[in-house]
Amino acid sequence: MIYIAEFGYSKKVMEHFMNPKNVGVIENPDGYGKVGNPVCGDLMEIFIKVKDDIITDIKFKTFGCGSAIATSSMVTELAKGKHIDEAIKITRSNVADELDGLPPQKMHCSNLAADALHEAIKDYKNKKKK
Amino acid sequence: MILRLNLVQPCGFNGEHMKRIYLDHASSMPVDPRVFKFAKPYLTKEYGNPSSLYSPGLEAKQAIEESRKKIAEFINAENEKSIIFTSGATESNNLAIRGTALRNLNDGKEVAASAIEHISVLNPMKELQKNGFTFKTIPVDSTGTVDLEKLENLLTKNTTVTSIMYANNEIGTIEPIKEIRKIVHGKGRYLHVDATAAAGFLPIDVQDEGIDLMTLSSNDLYGPRGAGALYVKPGVKIQSIMPGGGQERGLRSGTENVFAIAGMGEAARIAKKEMKEESARLRKIRDKLINGIKKIDEAYLTGHPIQRLPHHASFRFSHIEGESILLNMDMYNIQVATGSACSHKTLEPSHVLLAIGLKHEEAHGSVVLTLGRSNSIEQVPFIVEALRDTVQRLRALSPLVKER
Repeated sequence: MIYIAEFGYSKKVMEHFMNPKNVGVIENPDGYGKVGNPVCGDLMEIFIKVKDDIITDIKFKTFGCGSAIATSSMVTELAKGKHIDEAIKITRSNVADELDGLPPQKMHCSNLAADALHEAIKDYKNKKKK
Repeated sequence: MILRLNLVQPCGFNGEHMKRIYLDHASSMPVDPRVFKFAKPYLTKEYGNPSSLYSPGLEAKQAIEESRKKIAEFINAENEKSIIFTSGATESNNLAIRGTALRNLNDGKEVAASAIEHISVLNPMKELQKNGFTFKTIPVDSTGTVDLEKLENLLTKNTTVTSIMYANNEIGTIEPIKEIRKIVHGKGRYLHVDATAAAGFLPIDVQDEGIDLMTLSSNDLYGPRGAGALYVKPGVKIQSIMPGGGQERGLRSGTENVFAIAGMGEAARIAKKEMKEESARLRKIRDKLINGIKKIDEAYLTGHPIQRLPHHASFRFSHIEGESILLNMDMYNIQVATGSACSHKTLEPSHVLLAIGLKHEEAHGSVVLTLGRSNSIEQVPFIVEALRDTVQRLRALSPLVKER
């Protein structure tokens, strides 16, 4: 399959960019993940609320390009309602595939979004241990 | 009346029912319909090879020579012979730099360029550096103006070619070419000026300004793509960088792109005739645009506040990223440019913005708006409001904006 995204963004990327889902912050989250760096042009924060190891609520804030915003939105959609053991298996390629592909040089953005989710889940697990 | 737009979804989806407001004339321009009408016969009717002696060939040759004359008049060159046609600005820059550096090898192996030159100037110089040349970068100040003192200190008698642009395409700053000329001629040898961004907007007189080599691009004058020109002052020692059939006084081999060359000449003729009035009109739109955008929270003008191209407005916005701004503006059917890393193949922010002292995170939030003939002052309130809403929407997503 040839991705149109090799030349520009897919329609789905643009939909998520224009109308991102789950934007915002959660006060006193059960898990918090932050990846990226404004110097590099991408910074993502993900907040999760967890009940019985199920992600009941998830929010994000992102500084970055179109695909950084779209992948953040997509990763929150993919993780919402999932058990944490399932959510941690969400990979960069899952995110990119769900968006009908990303231009090659933008693949690191999808990497970051999945990483931010993984960080939030790890943070939740660490807090639980204590 | 101030236009208010829907913050979340400005229009249908891709702004198709909104009228296009194109604000990226620095990267591409439409071909002027008058130019197209003029040049069209050279695609379909007068298709002879200009090197052939039969009549269609002579017609084509005639078209090239007429264009050469128009370009020479456009920049007040000494004569038509000093105009060499190329395929565009990149080739003109390469020919100017490599052609003089290699031809004058025995007199010195140094080349110099300002830190904000176009990549088609910097990369040929870097390539020369790999082949044993010394490449000196001349720094600019925070407005993007070449540091004349450093220029004076860095050039030596071995610096055979120094390249400084007439004006910068990303930040609009106009360089003091006459002062630069004095220094270059006092310390080094040839001054090459990339006038791609300035030509057609500012009057340029190569004799008065003492320019040795100058790059022009057809498409940046509302001419067809695929043509450019290099002005070579009589007496400048230069060699070909692409040997072949010996067209263009042996400096640029290859069958001429007659259509694009004829169009470029006509585009230059029209630009010369209309420049004064058009640049004054654009300057008014630009000033209104800059004043409007300045009022947006944490919007900072980049480049020189006064010594700037009449059609050029460039800004940076804190806490947001330029590619997002570009995409969001496109939803209003407004096309802008950015120097953000994410829009570049290299994933590095613009070298121009870093050279004027911006931090990486600041350079990511840059936006460039370049006006042209299709723009009007009536569009300004809509552009400013669309930009304000774009900035607000993206800041609402940004973790760098802390709740106040």
